Amino acid sequence: MILPLDIILIVFTVICAIAAIQIKDLLSAVIILGAFSFFMCLLYAQMGAVDVAFTEACVGAGVGTVFFIAAVNKTKRRAKD
Amino acid sequence: MIITYEDIIIRTLTRVLAPFLQIYALYVLAHGHYSPGGGFQGGVMLGASMILMVIAFGLDTTLKRLSEKADTILFVVGLLLYSGVGVLCLALGGNYLDYGKLAEILPVTIAKARSLGILFIETGVALGVMGIMVSLFYDISTGGLPPAREGR
Repeated sequence: MILPLDIILIVFTVICAIAAIQIKDLLSAVIILGAFSFFMCLLYAQMGAVDVAFTEACVGAGVGTVFFIAAVNKTKRRAKD
Repeated sequence: MIITYEDIIIRTLTRVLAPFLQIYALYVLAHGHYSPGGGFQGGVMLGASMILMVIAFGLDTTLKRLSEKADTILFVVGLLLYSGVGVLCLALGGNYLDYGKLAEILPVTIAKARSLGILFIETGVALGVMGIMVSLFYDISTGGLPPAREGR
């Protein structure tokens, strides 16, 4: 466990999470959610849980992002609130 | 509704990348009990290769390669493989998914039978996950309608 790397990853994860909630453009929110998944994947790998990191990279950053983009494509791109 | 663009970079890259993605998925599946990975991750990567083909070549071309009926058969076979091995162990006198009992019908030792049993289970999980992922993407991208009634 490397402390500076850990702190950097956690800061980026929190920034991505807040940005994904606050942003009004849903397509941008989906992309930022993918970046959030990728930082979570790096955190898992850095903590030694390689299997969980693999799953997060496959499902969270890969297929989940594609599903969300397809869902945004079928609905409206702007959020109402 | 997936609008296809005639982009030669994306199409060539997909044509080169998809077989390697599938081979790597089979590697992850087969080495699931030695290294990180396993049935779920291998199945997701197999599904992702088909999703990549939908993105690059459009839905109609991909439906010729893997129709929805074949996809349904694929994940039903995966589920049947998983539950079939479990019920087979039950029929041979063990618990559900007790792979050690497979040594009675396979010509291997008990330890080898456990290793083979987990491989059968992982294959079933991979087929199921791949089928569900591709089916989900087909349904989301067509809005749940069959392609003829979509009216694009």
